[in-house]
Amino acid sequence: MIVPALDSAMTIEFRLNGEPISIDIHPAERLLDTLRYALRLTGTKEGCAEGECGACTVYLDGLPANACLVPTVQVRGREVRTIESLDGATLQPFLTGGATQCGACTPGVVMTATWIRHHPEILARHSIRALMAGNLCRCTGYDGIVDSIEAALQEDVIE
Amino acid sequence: MGFPPNGELALDRIEGLSKLTGRERYVDDLAVDGCLWGMTVRSPSPRGRIREIRFDQDIDWSKFIVVDHRDLPGPNEVKHIETDQPVLAGNYVRHVHEPVVLLAHSSRHELRRAVQAVTINVSEEPAALDFRVPPTPSQIQFGGDNVFKHLTIVKGNVEQALADAPVVVEGTYQTGAQEHIYLEPQGMLAYQEDGVIVVKGSLQCPYYVHAAMMHALARPADRVRVIQAATGGGFGGKEDYPSVLALHSALLALKAGRPVKIVYDRDEDMAATTKRHPSWVRIRTGVAADGRLLAQDIQVLLDGGAYVTLSPVVLSRAIIHAGGPYHCEHVRIEGKAVFTNSVPFGAFRGFGAPQTLFATERHMDRIARAIGRDPVEVRRINLIRDGQTTATGQVIDDGVDRDALLSQALTLSDYRAKQAKHTAFNAGHPYLRRGVGVATFLHGAGFTGAGEVNLDSVVHVAAMPDGGIEVRTASTEMGQGTTTVFTQIVADRLGMSADRIQVPLPDTARDPNSGPTVASRTTMVVGRLLERACDDIRRQLGLPDDARGDTIHSAVRKWFATPRDGPLIGTARYQPPPGIAWDEVGYRGDAYGTFAWASYVAEVEVDLRTWTTRVLDFVAVQEVGKVLNETLARGQIQGGVVQGIGWGLMEECRWRDGAMENAQLTNYIIPTCDDTPPVRVAFVEVPYPHGAQGAKGIGELPMDGPAPAILNAVAAATGSDPCTIPLIPERLMELLLA
Repeated sequence: MIVPALDSAMTIEFRLNGEPISIDIHPAERLLDTLRYALRLTGTKEGCAEGECGACTVYLDGLPANACLVPTVQVRGREVRTIESLDGATLQPFLTGGATQCGACTPGVVMTATWIRHHPEILARHSIRALMAGNLCRCTGYDGIVDSIEAALQEDVIE
Repeated sequence: MGFPPNGELALDRIEGLSKLTGRERYVDDLAVDGCLWGMTVRSPSPRGRIREIRFDQDIDWSKFIVVDHRDLPGPNEVKHIETDQPVLAGNYVRHVHEPVVLLAHSSRHELRRAVQAVTINVSEEPAALDFRVPPTPSQIQFGGDNVFKHLTIVKGNVEQALADAPVVVEGTYQTGAQEHIYLEPQGMLAYQEDGVIVVKGSLQCPYYVHAAMMHALARPADRVRVIQAATGGGFGGKEDYPSVLALHSALLALKAGRPVKIVYDRDEDMAATTKRHPSWVRIRTGVAADGRLLAQDIQVLLDGGAYVTLSPVVLSRAIIHAGGPYHCEHVRIEGKAVFTNSVPFGAFRGFGAPQTLFATERHMDRIARAIGRDPVEVRRINLIRDGQTTATGQVIDDGVDRDALLSQALTLSDYRAKQAKHTAFNAGHPYLRRGVGVATFLHGAGFTGAGEVNLDSVVHVAAMPDGGIEVRTASTEMGQGTTTVFTQIVADRLGMSADRIQVPLPDTARDPNSGPTVASRTTMVVGRLLERACDDIRRQLGLPDDARGDTIHSAVRKWFATPRDGPLIGTARYQPPPGIAWDEVGYRGDAYGTFAWASYVAEVEVDLRTWTTRVLDFVAVQEVGKVLNETLARGQIQGGVVQGIGWGLMEECRWRDGAMENAQLTNYIIPTCDDTPPVRVAFVEVPYPHGAQGAKGIGELPMDGPAPAILNAVAAATGSDPCTIPLIPERLMELLLA
């Protein structure tokens, strides 16, 4: 691995959690680092830095994406949403269902789970377990997560 | 009268919403003014003398903080059980990735370039890399034979009993290293404050770190401070290693005169930090025709890696659990932890017990096959009954019906019906094979032998001027639920509402040493101390034993209304349960205050085209004393079972010249939620009188059973005899095609 010198910068604009934003970045900077270190939005976590664990899941134009694999330059003119944009009041089923233990995978899990809640029609073709397979968790054994999503989906139907 | 109400309260996870919304602050999330990043330059070789450390001229080194072993104010030793591990290698390295030079800079990017611009040249010497093979003279580096620790348990006369036994069954079992994969990698921040060096980070055991810092930095206790940041999983991986990382970040911060933070990337964390000890276990068992165990002769070898770390204690727990939950009159268990030039192995959930219980439980099925009997029935007639003794001679008399536990697991899993269905299925299917397997086991709760007495744990329960209560211990929250369970225990004991109880993350400047957060001891041992500290507060307030809630609250406010000299702090210090006796030299007596017991059943499907094994169903029945919070307890079991599925079927550390080759999540495979079935959990509760509200330890138990249950199921499905884990497809293919 050769690490190149880092000296150039550029300005890009995109929408972050519903607001327009303009920021200076390095052309090779990862979205994960822009969010965490430049913008101090530390809810998005780094777990593996190679797109395996899903701890850094954000929405890019409404679709879940691993922020560790996205160069920030690629979000120019697009819409990024992070865990900070979610309403905590909608997460009660995850609290009572035991979906979080250590919390390091949790923001990514919640982002994918919330995406499933917003697109329940996808469950006609895919199971919750298949849809959540991109988010690794080492604490819960996944039942707490899967049960919580099922409970949340029930609640969403009632509401 | 019913005091205390005993577990009526079960709270949602206290810090749960903070974690769900991403507001919880882990060390990498802390913004610190003027903070530098730190990184580590590591040994490229498993063994040898450092000839030269070359700093590439392309880098302007005056812009970096550079630390090596000469910067240590005190001895170059990481204080664990022993002091053999250097903080930074001096002129000699003993494993690949051993830390040699530390660098700090404000830019992580520049640091990465700089790390690559340091070359460590080593005159290589013969490395000992296979713990199963006796070392050649040139490979010997510890004592006369590279053995760190040698322990033996003897009960009765095993040689005679083996000679007299109608059947002797032998087997050899091997388990691989396992990476913890806590989702938050190791990280530590260090800074100075009024002459005190402070470290704050991801850790399980604040006072282990504190002791290591005092030792190597040559500082008195009050000039070292350790604070836990929110910790994203530990599983033992943050038991001993954070002492190393704290020293590294502290050395950089001292030299820089500025705060320094080291956060490992995943690949560095996987390559350089401790893992579960690989094991080799050989069992010879004398058996009666009906399956009764007449003699158990067990040899245990653990790969200790390049430094002692916690290996002697891991070996101790390994051999004590090696006899399984069975009664046998004649037992000899011999264990050795062996030095190798591998990255040091350390604590990992279960702490040696999963390795030996894998062997013992797999062996029970081999015994059953050898004598043509049912594996469940062979277990049933050997399960220890009240009044009988373990391998160390500990009399079990706890009122737990272990036979009923096994029956419940069989019923819940529909074991017998599944067996019949599988026979028909396997006869008719061209390439899928199904089977069920059982494991019955035990796990000792708390420190082994005199360990709890030696820890001499202390807790404080402080009353605050506003009438609230602050719980002060060194016991860490790392996801397992300490904060929530401690809140429950104190709220219950004082009859106060939970929102008046605060459980801050530990800080050695404020909190007494309640011992390390390990060994399934936090709820049972430290929780019980909290109950007694609550009683102490009542006593200091002059209140009767049944005073609760508002009575205590107003007495506290009244106390602070009058000017006082000191605070109001309830204290409790560990006292062993009566009648516990342990002989550390002879390895006889009461190894643990109590044991948790379990029966697990796995159902698997093996695909003979791809050699993959899928777990279709998993039932986990256990007796863990009183369950204090069902959601948290179930989460512990389910999480442990899935870690066990990973260890048994997927998680292979591949080694080349002493280095982990697959140190990344792309090719070190842990279970996803699509690889695992729902884990069906049932608890049997027999309150333990010396644990908080009757609780026993729970955290490690679920790591012990899955691997043997799953391999027993594979054996049943395929008629084969797998004895090595992880049973990855390649290994199963070799076995079935052999």
